[in-house]
Formats: sequence, structure tokens, C-alpha cells
Amino acid sequence: MDLRVTDLAVARGGVPVLEGLNFALQGGRALVLRGPNGSGKTTLLRTVAGLQPPLSGSLTGAGERIAYAAHADGLKAMQTVRENLGFWARVFGGRDIAPALAAFDLGALQERPAGTLSAGQKRRLGLARLMVTGRPVWVLDEPTVSLDAASVALFADAVRAHLAAGGAALMATHIDLGLDEAEIFDVTNCRARPRAALQDEAFL
Amino acid sequence: MIALLTRDLQLAVRAGGGFGLGLAFFLIVTVLVPFGVGPETGLLARIAPGMLWIGALLACLLSLDRILALDWEDGSLDLLATAPLPMEGIVSVKALAHWITTGLPLVLLAPVLGVLLSLPMQGYLWLVVSLALGTPALSVIGTFGAALTVGLKRGGLLLSLLVLPLYVPTLIFGAEVARRGAGGLAVETPLLMLAGISFGAIALLPFASAAVLRINLR
Amino acid sequence: MSLWEYANPVKFIRTTDRVLPWISWMAVICLAVGLIWGFFFTPDDFRQGSTVKIIYLHVPSALMAINAWLMMLVASLIWIVRRHHVSALAARAAAPVGVVMTLIALATGAIWGQPMWGTWWVWDPRLTSFLILFLFYLGYIALWEAIENDDTAADLTSILCLVGSVFALLSRYAVNFWNQGLHQGASLSLDKEENVADVFYFPLLVSIAGFVLLFVALVFLRTQTEIRARRARALMARERAA
Repeated sequence: MDLRVTDLAVARGGVPVLEGLNFALQGGRALVLRGPNGSGKTTLLRTVAGLQPPLSGSLTGAGERIAYAAHADGLKAMQTVRENLGFWARVFGGRDIAPALAAFDLGALQERPAGTLSAGQKRRLGLARLMVTGRPVWVLDEPTVSLDAASVALFADAVRAHLAAGGAALMATHIDLGLDEAEIFDVTNCRARPRAALQDEAFL
Repeated sequence: MIALLTRDLQLAVRAGGGFGLGLAFFLIVTVLVPFGVGPETGLLARIAPGMLWIGALLACLLSLDRILALDWEDGSLDLLATAPLPMEGIVSVKALAHWITTGLPLVLLAPVLGVLLSLPMQGYLWLVVSLALGTPALSVIGTFGAALTVGLKRGGLLLSLLVLPLYVPTLIFGAEVARRGAGGLAVETPLLMLAGISFGAIALLPFASAAVLRINLR
Repeated sequence: MSLWEYANPVKFIRTTDRVLPWISWMAVICLAVGLIWGFFFTPDDFRQGSTVKIIYLHVPSALMAINAWLMMLVASLIWIVRRHHVSALAARAAAPVGVVMTLIALATGAIWGQPMWGTWWVWDPRLTSFLILFLFYLGYIALWEAIENDDTAADLTSILCLVGSVFALLSRYAVNFWNQGLHQGASLSLDKEENVADVFYFPLLVSIAGFVLLFVALVFLRTQTEIRARRARALMARERAA
């Protein structure tokens, strides 16, 4: 099943930010969202992840197929790398965490408390979480923030492997990951025309 | 669900998890009572059940804002919401973890503190029973309050203001059981009422908490 | 023609504008008649003397304190089920009025209690229930004030109102159980046998009517204010966006 977005409109704090969004994402493909800061990429990704309802339009093939990674990695500073990852693995059905640790080069850091990691290492741990979810559609919000060049390459490899295994990825990023499978989707064309916030409409 | 429970318990007992703060607070409040009302044994024995209940309730209140706020700040609440767990289950597990790390130790500590307040001999059993029955309700109601205020800066004071009135029935029946127990009177009626409130809250409030949390995550 | 038409803010303001003067004047007349009749033209009670006359403030305000909460509960349910903004704003508008009614009931209760029971305050079940109700009102208002997004605030306060109603009811029974109390039985009931004597009864009814009308007028007025404030904000937001 594909992730399919038809005539979707999304709102931030009740104010419409994007509308008329149409795209489909097959297995094995990646879609990179582009657009200036504040254009609504995060809002769109949160909507696709099911954290907030769409303003209008339809969204199919999402829900339980989505693995979402936001700006915040959801790490517990007092737990070790292995415990943090193991927790998410258990929540998502008990997958082995070893491949994820290996893919993001976290093996040597396994027993370190997450609180003592550097920003880039935390980010890698946050991204490793995607692999233990076992979900086919990755929804990524600025995944490469605070990653160095080597880590970006690791991440690109992980995404490539995910796509090769039939998965899909929807991400907002400004860095070129060198993915052949990636299409670019510029949200600037879908900016909502200025209109009243949802909660204000009844009062105008 | 079990993963979430074990994680929350683990986080609570590790350094900085705040485990034991509630217990220390309970101890301090109990120690302060005789300083406030005087050391007369008869008076202390009379107010002991009520004071212990109030102390336990305040100690419980102290840790409520940690139930959800920490997960909110580091983003794990968003990630949990996209995980294959129902929101009702998440809030129930959160409440259970809060009870195990706060309510249960309070129940176990209460008889020790009862000695400090010269609680009569026959009062210990009912004190423990009433707290064991009542503290789960305190945790579940508290989780509802925590869900209401999760997105707010400085939600702590508001949380107390919202939760304290909701605690009134539990406190009244719980303290009544402890008081009647200490006085050697029949405890059946308040005990049943307390159990009713507790089980009712455990069964129904998670739905309200989950609804509120979904609205706050939106 | 359906009741839900009044859920449209513009229609609500237009209609209430038309009826508001009438309701306000009727409230003033009823209150004046009820209170003057009650204070000056009823005999003193043979046991309580003239202190009994505070009943004309105490009973109506206590009734309205509870009814205001009930009205908020209904309005909250309407918001949750049908999502009419006017309903949520009416609930918000009623809360401060309810708080004041509760305070009047508590204050007049204390003033009445002093000569009767020899103390300003007793932990009597009825008085205690009102004190708890007061706390519920405070929490509800504080939650409205704390949340920025209007729809989120309406959602959360509605759920709080629902849950709070259940716990307020439980508290009422808990408090009854906890202390039997000094308070006399209900001053009014449908069962005529128990009612206060007729001389006190009719002016009391008039002043209750006055309080009801006053409450309705205040809620209409405050809801209008809330609607206009929301409209002003919506217009400013549109200005900024354009």
C-alpha cells in the first residue's frame, strides 16, 4: 500500500499553512520536502504521523505504518544507549537492536548514559530508533541536524537500505543525501492563502 | 505497555528520578505536625489518621507534574502517541507507575509514621487498608490533572488547583476509614465508598485523560 | 427554525441585544420587589428574629451558584457534541457569575450563622459543599485563563467541567456522610408541607426569580463581550495575515 495524500490541508494552531497537497509515496521511494523555515513542513509531517488531524483532504496508508522522528529524540538522559533503544524496540514489538546499533555506529557507546552523549550522537540514537520500529514509512523532520559528514553518510546508507527493503521515507531536509530514489517536493507552491484560523472562522 | 511500565519505574529510581522525594516530604510533614499542635499524646492520637492522610495526599501531589511533563519535554510523548499503544493504555500505565513509585511507598511508610503520631494500636490495619485503597485513586486523578496541564509553562500550581478539589471525596472517605478504624468503630460504609471511588476512577478516568492528552498533543 | 440558529455568534448577539433590556429591567424589578417586600413587609420570625430576612439573599444566591454550574455543564456538553462556539463562550461567561453567587451564598451563610449558631463558620455539610464548589469554579476559570488557543481551552475546560461535575456530586455525598451538620433542611421544595410559611415564601419566590433573571442577563452580557472580544481578535489576525 502506498502513502497517498489527496488535496490535504494542514493547520498550525488552527491557522491553515499548507493546502492542496497531493503526492503519493510508493515503497522503495523517498520524498524530500523543501521549503523555507516556517512554511509548514513540520506541521505536514506531524499530520502525516497522525499527531494532529488534517484540516481537510484525505490521507491513506499512514497510521500504524508510520515511524516518526521529530526534532526531539525522546531520549532519557539517565538510561544507557542500549536501554533507550531497547525500550522502543519492545514498544514496537521486540525487534533486535543490534543491527540498528551497528548501522549508526553506536556499538561502542552502548553502555553510556544517553545524557552524556554529544548532540550528534544523540541524534544518531534517535534515528536508530526508526530501524527498531519495523515500520515501512519513515517520516523524518530535519533528520540531519547536528550530524557531521560521516554521520550523514551513515544515515544516508540506512535510508538507502530501508528503501531497498521496500520501505519508504518522507523527510524534510535541506541537505542533499545523494539518494537516487529521492524526489523533491517543494511545499512553497502549496502555501495556504491567508485566511482565518479555524477557531476564528465562526466570528468573522 | 510492560516496556513502558518498566522504563518509568527504572527512570524513577535512578538518580534524578525524584523517587523518595515524596517519602521524605511525607516524613517531614508528619514530623512538623507535633511542632505545630503540641506534643500531647492524646491530641496527636486523635488527629493522627487525618494528618497521615493529608500528608500522603500532599506527598502524592508533589510528584504529579513529573508523570507526563518529562516525556512531553524530551519529545517521547509524541513518539509514544505514534507507537502501537492506545492512549488510554499509556495514561493508565503512567498512573500505575506513579502509584508504584509514590503511592505504594507511602502506604508502607504510613504505619511507621503512625508511631510518631501515637496512632492507637487498632488503627494501623485500617490506616494501611485505607491508604492502599485510596492512593490508586489519587494517582489516577492526578494523571488526569497532569494531562490537562501538560503543555503549559508553569503548570505546576494550576495542576494543584485543579486536582485538589477532585481529591476531596477520596480524602473524606479514606480519612474516615482510618479515623473510624483508630476509634474502633465500624468501617464498612466508608470503606465501600472509598473502594467505589477508587475503582470507578481507575475504570473511567483514563478515557478522560487520554482525550485530554490527545487534545494537548494536537 | 431551530434552537441551534442561536449558536451563530451574530444571530446570538442580535437576539440577545433585543431581549437583554427586558430581562435586565425585569431582574431589577423582581429583585427590588422581592427584597423590599422581604426585608420590610414580612414579620420577624418568632425564633430567629429579623436575621431570618437574609434568606432573601442566601437562598437565591445558593440556588444560582449550583444552577450556574449546571448551565456550564450543559453548555460544555453542547460544545463537545456539536462544537458551537457560543456554547463554549457561554460556559466561560457563566463561571465568574457562578463564583460570585457562591461567594454571596457563603458570606450570607456566615452572617446568618453567626447569631444562630454562635459562630461565623461551621463545617456543616451544606456550607462545606459550597466551599468545595467554589474551589471547582476557581480551577475551571484558571484553566480557561491558562491556555492560549481558544479551541483547545474550550475542549479542555469542557472535559474538566464534566469530570468536575461527577466529583462535585461525590463530594456532596461524601461531605454529608462526614458531618451531619447544623443546617436546616431545604427552605423550598415541591412538597409544600416542608416549606417555610407563606409570608416568607412569596417574596422569596420573587427574589429567586430576580436572581435567575439577573443571572441570565449577566451571562448574556458576558457572552456578548466574549464573542466581541473573539471577533476583534479574529479581525486583527486577518489584518495581520493580509
